[in-house]
Formats: sequence, C-alpha cells, structure tokens
Amino acid sequence: MIAGQHQDKEGRWAWRLTGFITLCVYIFMFAPIIATVVLSFNASMFGGFPLTGFSLQWYAKLLSNEQVLTAFRTSMWIAFVTAAVTTLLGIITAYALVRFEFPGKATFGTLVILPALVPETILGVGLLVLIKAVDQPRSMGLLLLGHILLALPYVVLITQARMVGIRRTYEEAALSLGASRISSFREITLPLLIPAVVASALLAFTISFDNTSASLFWRPAGVETMPTQILSMLKISISPEINALGTVMILVTVGIPLVGGLMLQGLTRLRKRVDAKGNA
Amino acid sequence: MHESLETSAQTPRPETAGGLPAGAARDGGQLEKPAVEFRNIDIAYGKFVAVRNFSLAIRKGSFITLLGPSGCGKTTILRSIAGLVDISAGQISIGGKRVDDVPIYKRNIGLVFQSYALFPHKNVFDNVAFGLKYRNVPKPEIARRVSKALEMVRLPGSEKKLPSQLSGGQQQRIALARAIVFEPEVLLLDEPLSALDANMREEMRVEIKKIQKETGITAIFVTHDQEEALSMSDQIVVMDAGTMEQIGSPEQVYETPATAFVADFLGKANMLPGVVSSVDGHKATITLSAGQAVTAVSPKVLTPGARVSVVVRPQKLSVGASVPANKLAGRVVSTSYLGGSAIYEIDIGERTIIRANTPIDGKVAREGEAINVGFDPAGCVLLDEKGLRIA
Ligand SMILES: Nc1ncnc2c1ncn2[C@@H]1O[C@H](COP(=O)(O)OP(=O)(O)OP(=O)(O)O)[C@@H](O)[C@H]1O
Ligand SMILES: [Mg+2]
Repeated sequence: MIAGQHQDKEGRWAWRLTGFITLCVYIFMFAPIIATVVLSFNASMFGGFPLTGFSLQWYAKLLSNEQVLTAFRTSMWIAFVTAAVTTLLGIITAYALVRFEFPGKATFGTLVILPALVPETILGVGLLVLIKAVDQPRSMGLLLLGHILLALPYVVLITQARMVGIRRTYEEAALSLGASRISSFREITLPLLIPAVVASALLAFTISFDNTSASLFWRPAGVETMPTQILSMLKISISPEINALGTVMILVTVGIPLVGGLMLQGLTRLRKRVDAKGNA
Repeated sequence: MHESLETSAQTPRPETAGGLPAGAARDGGQLEKPAVEFRNIDIAYGKFVAVRNFSLAIRKGSFITLLGPSGCGKTTILRSIAGLVDISAGQISIGGKRVDDVPIYKRNIGLVFQSYALFPHKNVFDNVAFGLKYRNVPKPEIARRVSKALEMVRLPGSEKKLPSQLSGGQQQRIALARAIVFEPEVLLLDEPLSALDANMREEMRVEIKKIQKETGITAIFVTHDQEEALSMSDQIVVMDAGTMEQIGSPEQVYETPATAFVADFLGKANMLPGVVSSVDGHKATITLSAGQAVTAVSPKVLTPGARVSVVVRPQKLSVGASVPANKLAGRVVSTSYLGGSAIYEIDIGERTIIRANTPIDGKVAREGEAINVGFDPAGCVLLDEKGLRIA
C-alpha cells in the first residue's frame, strides 16, 4: 500500500518533469520564430527588443527593395520547377522500384536516396567541382539541377512508402477487368498515390525554397535566392527588414503546405459529393 | 524427393465428368472445346520450378477445385490462366484458343481474390461497372447489369457505398459481382473464403455454388480447405509440390484416393503398412506391421509377399461389439467425445495408432480400456509400395 503510494508520487513527479522539459523544448523551438515575427512589426530602427510601437514600414521597405523582390521571384520559380520535376521523377522511380524487378535495383534505390545522406556542403562542392571539370560556368540550370538532386530522395521515399501500401491485387483486378496497364495506373494506382504525390510536391517545394548552403555554391554570379539574399543582407547589418523578410519566408514555407493540404481535403470532399450526385 | 512425386503425377487418375485428361475432349469425339486446357505446362520462378508437367482440361460450366497444402502451386496455376505469371513450357488454351501471347486485359477472365481487392476509392457501382466500362457497354445497359449483378449477390441498392463501409462478407459478394457482371469465360477464385469467419464462410460457400449454377459459368476454385473442396466441386484436383496427384469427383477422391498423399491430405485416413501373406482370388490376407492380420478386397489379384498399405477412413471403422470383420484387438489411447459420435485413437500394437470416428452405441470407451476395432474388407483401399493405389 505504502509502496504503491510512493510509486504514485514518483510517477506524478516524473510526469511533471517530462511536461516541463517538453515545454522548454517547444519554447526553444518556437521562440526565435515568434521573436522574428513580432520584431518585424516593431517600429524601432534596431532589429531587437524592446518594442517601441507597431509599424508596417519594414514590409513597405521590402516591397520597394528590388533586390529582395528579384530573389523572391527566383526562389519561387526554382521551387515550383523543382517540385514539379521531382514529383514526376519520384512517381516513376517509386513505381519502378516497388513494382518491377530489374538488375541493379538495390544499387539504384540507394543511389537515388544518397543525396539525402551526403552532407549538403559536400554535395554543393561536389557538383561545383564536376561542373568545373567539364568546363561549364555556374548557371541557373545548375542551380535547378542541384535543387532537384536535393529534393528527389525525399520525394522518392514518400512516394515509395505509399506505393508499397497499395496492394498489387488492385492493379491485377483492374487488368483482369479489361483495363490496360496505362489505364489501370491512371484509374487505380495514381488516385491511391495522390496523397503521397501532393505531400512530396509540397516538401520538395519547401526544401528548394529553404535551401541555403548548397545554393551558395551553385548560384551563378549575381543571382540570389531568398536565403542567400538574407545572408548577404546580414553581412551588412541586422536591420529589422530582415525580420520582415524572415516572416515572409515563414509564411511561404508553412503556408504553402498548409494551403496544399487543405486544398487536397477539399478536393476529396468535392469528389465524393460529385460521386454521390452522379449515381443518384 | 521429386522423383516419386513425378511418377505419380504422370499417371494421374483421370476420371470422367468435368475434368478430362488433356486432349480428351477432342480425342473423345466431343465437339465442345474445353473452357480451359493446360497441356504439359511448367511454371518457374527463377530457378525454382513451382509447377511441373501439369495437364488438365476443364469442361465448360463445371466447378473445379484445386486442392492442396500451402505452397503446392495452386495460386500459381490460377494466375497462369489469368496471365499474371508466365509459363515456361507447355500451353494454355481458353475456349479453344491459345492464350500465350494474350495479355491479361484481353483474356476475359473474372478474378476473385482472398483479399477482395475492391478499389477503395471507388464506390460499389463503379467497382462493379469497371469491367463493363472497358468493354464499351452503353451507360443505361451498365446500370441495368450492375443492378442485376448486385441482386444476384443479394446486395441490391448498395451502389453508393464505399468498400470500407461494407463487412468482409459483403465486400467479397461485391467482388464476385464485379467478376461475373461482364460474363467472363472463366471465373477464377483464389481462396475467396479464407478471410471470412466460419459462419460467413459456410453461407458464402452455398451462395457461390448457387451463383455458379445459375450463371453456368466455368469456375476454378483454389482452396486448402478439404470441406470447401468436397462440398462445392464437380471435380477436385488434388495437388502436391507442383504436380497433380489425383483428379476426380469429390466421392472418387475421397473414397478411392490414388496416392498415399491424397489419402492422408483428405480426411487423414489410417494407413497400415503390411505384407500380403495369402491370396484367395480378389481377397487378400495381409499381415500388418503391427502384428495382426486383416483381409481386404483388392481389385487386382495380389502376389503373396508383396508390400502394401491398407488405407481405411476413420468413419469406416467400427469399435466394440459392432465390429463386422477384421477384428483387431487394441487399447484406447485417447477419446474425443463429440456428442453423436466419438473419435478414438486406438493402439493396435507396435505403436500403430488407428483413428476411428464412430457413432456412439452404448457406453463411450475410456482411455486405457481394451477394445476391438475393425472394418469391412471392402471398405478399404490398398496402396502399393510406391504409395499408388492398386486398381
Ligand atoms: N513470386 C514468386 N517468386 C518466387 N517464388 C514464388 C513466387 N510465388 C510463389 N512462389 C513459390 O511457388 C510455390 C507455389 O506458390 P503458390 O503461391 O502457387 O502456392 P499455393 O498453393 O497457392 O499456396 P497457398 O495455399 O499458401 O496460397 C511456393 O513454393 C512459393 O514459395
Ligand atoms: Mg495461394
């Protein structure tokens, strides 16, 4: 009885401690983000506390900063193209890896995810060295190729995991019912794969949009992406403008997946409703 | 290990009705082509030969079952008809046409899987309509046929439901409807009942059989459940290790097993090895290894000294005072009381155990009791040294 009570007490303390540590971790994780967002609305000239008043002046300044706008546009289109290309390649690769047997399959599978395991700096230098070796200048194409290389492993892993879960019998059933291979992929496999496709497209987008260190190596002279732009601005001063830019970054990298997810949900709901009507 | 099996497989006992030995349909002067015909097919996965020298002709409209233990190649054979595995030798014909180069989606085959395999993102209507859609059936006709098929599987009005909203039994009915609605040439069912619970299984058994009769479709059914095979089939193909052991009607396979394997696999028959000690026409006296002697009716006149096995089904044995002949003295090792009947395990000497399943008459014998067990000389089957039936 007493022992039991003792244990209870100990258990309660253990829980409290766990709770406390968890709280600390979350504060530690989110405090910088919150600080950035809050400070971006600060009226003070100096990018730090204390707050002196609410102001949108730093955002206004961003909008008139041609360099920043150019960097934003560059990052956006690179991220879009990266997402589109990696998703397409990811579907094909995952399908091949899960559904077919071919010589060198294991090696191929490892090679595809290797860029995710190699430190980004090494990858950055490596690609650069390669380009130099074939005597090519750094170009936008190289930057794009690098981003695709970086994001592809994650896309393949996500798509592959989902693909494994789609039982082969679905496709076999479709084939036996008279659908050709392409039709059965389009009508059965792809719809079942969609959640993974959307998730990996969003992830590829944020991986590309966020990337700093490898982009530093690969960007052609005079080209900045959002993260490298922030870095070069930091070299000059810690202006509150950077806080505003940081907030925009957060908005894009968190907002786009969020909007994407919501859109996917809406789409499935809509499809169900159309289905129900169609058969009524 | 394969050698003995091969010999047995090359001399399968082709009996009449639904299943015919390959080519028999033509040689026998019948005009009707078999629904499905295998001629000496081999199927290999890499170096491993899963099915070897398999021949079978299946008559249109019959219900044929492939029965055998796990891994014997039943699914492999079924999938070869659908075109989901490639054969490495021989040929397969469907409706008299060779299908070696016909891809699966042009074979016109209905497939039912153990795991149902209903498309999870499509509702019942779209699932059942799938095959019709790819056959360019006009929309009103699709609607009519889908609703007819759903009525046939006793789930009318379920068109708008998603598979996830149905029970296992209901899903399998929809899968059946989906596989028959476009009137395929053959219906292939791979252990369609194994994922269901016992009650549902029995109900579905009756239902599948009924639907098959009504539609007149040729059905090939795969199972490792002997009760399913015996109760549903016109013909049973018993398989072991990639080869055919026996083909025949349920009664033929059960009553006259062609090999030791079939006798053991179907109903766990008693197999009593012995030596022929004297012969009187078709009656032979056999001294069992257990020490005691029995007489058995043999279709062939045996020679004294020949080694044979006497195969007796537990249901053909009687115990106690009701023993008609071949009285063997033994001792009860275990008793399972089943209400109307009891299963006894009886030691008849030299650690030979006989299993008897008999109606209870009088009192139930208990463990350790001395008891007589026996059988009618005509109620057994004799196997030769190689384990093949003496016929
Ligand atoms: N894709 C494959 N690759 C390699 N070997 C296989 C493959 N599929 C089946 N086999 C082997 O072929 C043999 C026959 O398999 P099959 O699936 O036909 O057996 P089965 O009679 O259907 O068994 P079960 O009752 O367990 O379903 C087995 O030994 C199995 O290990
Ligand atoms: Mg199987």
